[in-house]
Amino acid sequence: MGHHESLPLGHTHFAEPEQVYHSAKFGMWVFLATEVHLFGALFCTFAVYRWRYFEDFQQFALSLNWRLGGLNTIVLLTSSYFMVRAVDAAQKGLNKKVNSFCNLTLLCALTFLVVKFFEYRAKLILHEPPIFPHSHIFYGLYFTMTGIHGLHVLLGMGAIWWLKMRAKREEFSVTYYTPVEVVGLYWHLVDVVWIYLFPLLYLLGGLA
Amino acid sequence: MSAHAATADGKQLNYLNCEKGLWSWIMSIDHKRIGLMYLASILSFFVVGGVFALLVRAELFSHGKTLYGPDDYNVFFTLHGVIMIFLFIVPGIPATLGNFLLPLMIGAKDVIFPRLNRFTYWLYLFGAAIAFCAIFMRLDTGWTFYAPYSIQNRWAVVTATAAAFFLGFASILTGLNFLVTIHNMRAPGMTWGRLPLFVWTLYASAILQIVATPVIGITLLLLLLENTMGIGIFNPAAGGDPVLFEHLFWFYSHPVVYIMILPAMGVVSEIIPVFSKKPIFGYKALVYASVGIAAVSFLVWGHHMFVAGMSNLSRYIFSFLTFFVAVPTAVKVFNWVSTMYKGSISWDTPMLYAMAFVFLFLIAGTTGVHLATLGTDAHYHDTYFVVAHFHYTIQGGAVIGLFAGLHFWFPKMFGRMYNEKVAKFAWLFLFIGFNGTFIPQFILGMEGMPRRYYDYPIEFEPLHRISSIFAFINAAGYAMVLGNLFYAVFKGKKCEENPFHSLSLEWTTASPPIHDNFVQIPRVTTWTYGYGAEHAAEGEAVH
Repeated sequence: MGHHESLPLGHTHFAEPEQVYHSAKFGMWVFLATEVHLFGALFCTFAVYRWRYFEDFQQFALSLNWRLGGLNTIVLLTSSYFMVRAVDAAQKGLNKKVNSFCNLTLLCALTFLVVKFFEYRAKLILHEPPIFPHSHIFYGLYFTMTGIHGLHVLLGMGAIWWLKMRAKREEFSVTYYTPVEVVGLYWHLVDVVWIYLFPLLYLLGGLA
Repeated sequence: MSAHAATADGKQLNYLNCEKGLWSWIMSIDHKRIGLMYLASILSFFVVGGVFALLVRAELFSHGKTLYGPDDYNVFFTLHGVIMIFLFIVPGIPATLGNFLLPLMIGAKDVIFPRLNRFTYWLYLFGAAIAFCAIFMRLDTGWTFYAPYSIQNRWAVVTATAAAFFLGFASILTGLNFLVTIHNMRAPGMTWGRLPLFVWTLYASAILQIVATPVIGITLLLLLLENTMGIGIFNPAAGGDPVLFEHLFWFYSHPVVYIMILPAMGVVSEIIPVFSKKPIFGYKALVYASVGIAAVSFLVWGHHMFVAGMSNLSRYIFSFLTFFVAVPTAVKVFNWVSTMYKGSISWDTPMLYAMAFVFLFLIAGTTGVHLATLGTDAHYHDTYFVVAHFHYTIQGGAVIGLFAGLHFWFPKMFGRMYNEKVAKFAWLFLFIGFNGTFIPQFILGMEGMPRRYYDYPIEFEPLHRISSIFAFINAAGYAMVLGNLFYAVFKGKKCEENPFHSLSLEWTTASPPIHDNFVQIPRVTTWTYGYGAEHAAEGEAVH
């Protein structure tokens, strides 16, 4: 390891930069399609059980805090706005701005997770008796869906952190900003999924 | 690196000898080396899965206990299924031949994301390592992990589903890489209408990998959460529905059989014109059939649950749609036969395998129609008839297709030739052994022998014995094939660059190919399938 001559050969000029840019974006769109199917199966499962246990689902939806859920929706939408600004800055080659907008996006993402933590705590610890994923299928789905979404937020934060590091090293320019666009696409999906999760889980039962 | 550079001892440089040492393989981002590493891995797992199959057949040789008890039996048939499906045949042709050939066939230096390709391979091996842990935890649910048996806090299930999750992720990333490569890396002149049929089938199966796999990913994750946190979704005691698991499971696992079979169809479509010396018949029809099969495959999963509680209307619809799969499949068979019609056929080993594929897949397809029929399915459901049908599609189809491709492209991969006589002899063993194993199982199924049972009434013993004996003949055939090919990798006779006189793009470069595939990116001006004297003009090899 570390001996330069022992590293494997890449291919010389295996693709044009333009080709790589379009392919990376296309690849991310395809990956987002897989994410839609991943969450799609969850939404489908949710629909099946909501239809089967309609009254339970109505009632348990009221136990979720729609104010905190709504706050998180606003927080994530704002984060998407900052992400767009980061992409815009990268396209203009303004690395400092990319760095600051990444910071703001990360701040929103962190806020989202903190709010989520308080919501989970209210169910798992403060509630009497505590509400667990095995308490009812509704909560099984609630913890699974928001948990997997939360995992996506964490992964997205890792990716944005990576952008931030690269922006600090001044790596983006008017001719090279593919990673920022691609991570941006991913981050918007994380946002969009929440936009569906919020009304399904928090609002369908009416407002408490 | 110049294309015709030679090493100090005068050898031509190629992708195999351009770098030396284990590290250069582990870290390689060359699609050809990754393809070979996949090949070595999946064939090793194939041998392990085969050993479990032989253990199962050995136990079933006699009525009552033959070798070991029923608990071991449940473990062995489960491991046979899990290893063969998740570790061997799902990566199967795309990860091996597809990785090796796709860039060569479309005139590119590599797939579009070479580093992702390397990551995918190691992710696959990581998943395989976890899957092997499940072996030691005595996984015994069958490869389908049906609830509620699979949700009784069984750590073996947690381990196996975690493994399948990683393996599924690897499958998605391979599909994604191939899809984008086919869209964006084709050489100038390689239009969609000139794309080799093997590439078209890789394209169709890539779509299936991308669209269907996430659903099994989340389903297995739900099963994992069910086992660890008791979320209740598949647990009838908590109000959950085990049949929902079956729906989600088959939403992936039916399309996945087309992930296995479509590339095999592509291999056969490449081989038949070469050895018939005729252009492929009905190129467009074959393309539409591939895409058609992929599309319809999403709409037929319900036929796995005809007797699991389903409304009559759903039954009619799923039954009709399942029949519909036979249409594009039959179109393919007619086109292969029409390609051979009045051709001047040479009986080299790849052609023998291609012919075996057409013959066996015909049986697989027609018995599938029996199972799509509601009345007969009620009788055949979960019997040996289903087992035999499935093995005709997957072993008779996908595995035979893989070996057809291996024999066809072997000189391309290694610049050497296997022993043709041994190869033909092994083929005969395989063909006889395979049919001898599974034709009795069709009959057993019709007589009512349920699948996965440890024991059976004494009346079934003769057919079980025939099946078991031929299973060992089948295995001997595979041992010969693998031995012959493995020997030829190192000691095979050096052969000419294009021994079968194929006109396809991958044969226009050196065999084995140079590291960069082509000295310069080729310009494609003709169709790939212009075989035969009267078509020579339109089929001039491309340079």
